[in-house]
Amino acid sequence: MRSTSEGFAFEFGGERLTALPSGALWWHGRNLLAVSDLHLGKSDRMARLGGPLLPPYEIEDTLSRLDADIARSQARIIICLGDSFDDMASIEAMEISHQIWLARLQAGRQWIWIAGNHDPTPIELSGTHVETFYEPPLVFRHMATLGNKTSGEVSGHYHPKAQVTLQGRNLTRPCFLYDTQRLILPAFGTYTGGLRTQSAPLQALMSQDARAILTGTPMVTIPMPGTA
Amino acid sequence: MDLPDALNQWFDTRGWVPHPHQRAMVAQARAPALLLIAPTGGGKTLAGFLPTLAELLAQPHSGLHTLYISPLKALAADIKRNLRRPIEDLGLQIRIEDRTGDTPQSRRKAQRKDPPHILLTTPESLALLISYEDAPRIFAGLRRVVIDEIHALAESKRGDQLMLALSHVQRLAPNMRRVGLSATVDDPAAIGAYLAPHPDRCKILEADPGPTPDIAMLEVAQEPPWAGGGGRYAIQSVLKEIERHRTTLIFHNTRAQAELFFHDLWLANQNDLPIGIHHGALSKDARHRVETAMVNGELRAVVCTGSLDLGIDWGDVDLVLQIGAPKNVKRLVQRIGRANHNYNTPSKARLVPANRFEILECHAALEAVHENTLDGEPRGPGPRDVLCQHILLLACAGPIVPDDLYAQVKRCGAYRDLTRAAFEACLEFIATGGYALRAYDRWQRLKKRPDGAWVLRDPRTAQRIRMNIGTILSAETLKVKWRGRGGAALGEIEEAFAATLTPGDTFLMAGHVVRYERLNEMTIEVSRNTHKTPKIAGYYGHKFSTSFQLSERILDIMAREDWSTLPSSIVDWLTVQKQVSQLPRPGRLLVESFPRETREHLVVYGFAGINAQQTLGLLLTQRMEAANLGPMGFVANDYATLIWGLDPVEDAALLFDRQGIQQSLETWLDGNQVMKRTFRGAALIAGLIERNIPGLRKSGRQATFSSDILFDTLRRYDPDHLMLQITREEAMRGLVDFGRIAKMLDRIDGQIDTIRLSSVTPLAAPLFLEPGRIPVKGLGEQRLLAEEASRLMQEAGLAPIT
Repeated sequence: MRSTSEGFAFEFGGERLTALPSGALWWHGRNLLAVSDLHLGKSDRMARLGGPLLPPYEIEDTLSRLDADIARSQARIIICLGDSFDDMASIEAMEISHQIWLARLQAGRQWIWIAGNHDPTPIELSGTHVETFYEPPLVFRHMATLGNKTSGEVSGHYHPKAQVTLQGRNLTRPCFLYDTQRLILPAFGTYTGGLRTQSAPLQALMSQDARAILTGTPMVTIPMPGTA
Repeated sequence: MDLPDALNQWFDTRGWVPHPHQRAMVAQARAPALLLIAPTGGGKTLAGFLPTLAELLAQPHSGLHTLYISPLKALAADIKRNLRRPIEDLGLQIRIEDRTGDTPQSRRKAQRKDPPHILLTTPESLALLISYEDAPRIFAGLRRVVIDEIHALAESKRGDQLMLALSHVQRLAPNMRRVGLSATVDDPAAIGAYLAPHPDRCKILEADPGPTPDIAMLEVAQEPPWAGGGGRYAIQSVLKEIERHRTTLIFHNTRAQAELFFHDLWLANQNDLPIGIHHGALSKDARHRVETAMVNGELRAVVCTGSLDLGIDWGDVDLVLQIGAPKNVKRLVQRIGRANHNYNTPSKARLVPANRFEILECHAALEAVHENTLDGEPRGPGPRDVLCQHILLLACAGPIVPDDLYAQVKRCGAYRDLTRAAFEACLEFIATGGYALRAYDRWQRLKKRPDGAWVLRDPRTAQRIRMNIGTILSAETLKVKWRGRGGAALGEIEEAFAATLTPGDTFLMAGHVVRYERLNEMTIEVSRNTHKTPKIAGYYGHKFSTSFQLSERILDIMAREDWSTLPSSIVDWLTVQKQVSQLPRPGRLLVESFPRETREHLVVYGFAGINAQQTLGLLLTQRMEAANLGPMGFVANDYATLIWGLDPVEDAALLFDRQGIQQSLETWLDGNQVMKRTFRGAALIAGLIERNIPGLRKSGRQATFSSDILFDTLRRYDPDHLMLQITREEAMRGLVDFGRIAKMLDRIDGQIDTIRLSSVTPLAAPLFLEPGRIPVKGLGEQRLLAEEASRLMQEAGLAPIT
């Protein structure tokens, strides 16, 4: 394993993968970039429901960061691991300029939309729409499956974040979680919160020797906080 | 109007004589705005209600007659109890009810339908009340509003919210008269201007202040430590005082210190004196138990915080101890007043400095109390986040006509200078979000009608808006209870502190050392444990800065020739300081520079209070970084900032040019935690983000995201947005307190004495023991994180990073 400014390389399912500081996953062997939980259109949805009017810049910010990762990696396959849109209406509400931006990112690449709980039905945008995407030896889906039958499973949904105490101060960052069976990606979207690794669902999914890779700079790996 | 015969007789039958100021209140009852200033124990609240009783005696009234507002829920309930006595004795047909967050929904509904004659409430509940469509009917016949403890409200955003609400109520009830009840304040005219509708005048009544308090330093055999807080060195002397008095209140400045002190006091309590603890993070039950026990005279002492600053007389208090420097003379005087059970006997109070520097501050405070000069710091213009919330609440009640609302807002003293443009920016923010990118045309919160009035786009959102009411900010907390089915609640701790706990850790709560067992659905379950050294729960909450006046007085004491009133240890300390370096002087800034161990050190004696000294540390280290001086970290207290780094600072004046500091502040807005916290507060109040309502919290928290993300997004895409403007305005006070730095720079006017020395000075030494050292962010933190990660991996037996 090594840590570079380009990201954090590690081994999972017998493959060499790189966790990027942005929260994207890079699989060099397949020229594949995976991101999870973009939640595009969150601010629009909040406003529609009569909630606060959040700064309407979240699509722009999320797309810029995705754009940068794609440009740097020159990925041929892009997988969005579900909850790419905050809800189905957010897709329709997307501005023309953002639609064009997305189309430009998609051009010349294989683009996989995996269904999430926020955007479950096949969506209007171009690309492949699936529940599960197989790229042996790895398998990509939105939510991790419980139990010990799975292997090489890459998923999102939980928005994991880890907390480290540094000389009395708490530092919290979105993180990747992995053990021998599964890998859970942090949320990539700008307007996304996190679920602490100590929480029950994440503890139930991950084994005792699970590790967390913190996003940001520097990228480091620690034992998954909460595992005894 | 004179006191009616019936009331005179009532006083007689109880064997009481009305105080002159109580009579005066009735005589002046017609005044549109009237402020009573009276010490604790002077029958202030009754004085506020006598005109109401007199009027209702003379003429029956249907509907709401008097609105009573207090900052404390408990006060409302208590006054209901106390007022019942004269009302029942006189056989008056007066309905009196309270309405607070604790009032059941059904009761509140009934109150709106059929309001009582006297309604006792809080600023938040009033704000909620005016957000209902039937507010005009509820308030139509209102005659009087009585604001209790107005001096406390006038210092906070709660008070700003209250005055905005009242200026709306005044429109619904044009004949409403305003009465304020205040403890002793430095500037009655300022409170008067705050109470009366601008620009009307306020009539002011000052009651006899009573006998001069008996206040001094507590005699303690041991010298206080050089640094730190808590005053635990004085435990034995404190116990002796408790034994000598009937009931003692022991005030602390923070909850953590109160818990620590109580713990040690209990261990030293050989005679098993009944002693309790009371602070805002304890469960309601726990607080009630202590309050009741006190009123019944069952407790000999209560260790407490600001939670007992205000309110009714808690039993027979005959001694107040203030542990740690009082920070603020006004608050000290109010705390002293707690020992004023009898109006005509002097209150007795003793000060216990927590460290050497605080001896000076305590002396300064004693002088101020004896000279009766309280510290007043003008609060500045009314904050706009509160105005945003006010606009949103009014929109729930009905259409908003901008011209009318603007005129109405300007009738509040705090908002008298609000420009039309600044007002429009708030309205725009509420209606559309106020973003440079016009994004929410379809989903605006407010829609403009053809007649120019603004209404809620979706009236169903009113309920949601009302749930986010209020200006009190608190950190997210987790409840703490004893393990096991039906285990009693102990109180709450902050989520950030809870996150650092692992099962088996111990911490102090409600005077017990408890062991963290498990987290069960957002409740922490604990068991008893007395064997391990407990961790200290940190609490959010304002860290009080030493006031400007007290800081000036300390400088003044140092500059004196005559130190005969000071203890000899302090005189020695100051004398050596004078020999090896200089003493800080009024009108100049002393900066010391010296090497110690492997680092260079810089000490800036700004006397600007802890918040500003901390901000100064952040700004100066940033400037030093730019000048390649390699700052590594800093620590601050109320008087000075200590910075350590690689290279010596030869001439500090270069770091202090006004423009440069101001610019540093601007850049610093970028990524600072204090700034983000300031933003979060403003965003919550203005309605940019919603509160987490207990009980509605989702089990999976990934749905909510932190306000830091919004702050960063706004900084990047919309740097002139209203919320960032408000954040910068807030940065002048509160946690950032840049206003104090500006004031300090004005005061010294470039007179900076940089003294280069070969070693640490007496005045600087305590700073090395001060907790809360802050490493300079950036590369330092990245290195720490990498080190911590590899340590954790090794500890877990996992492969180290190569």
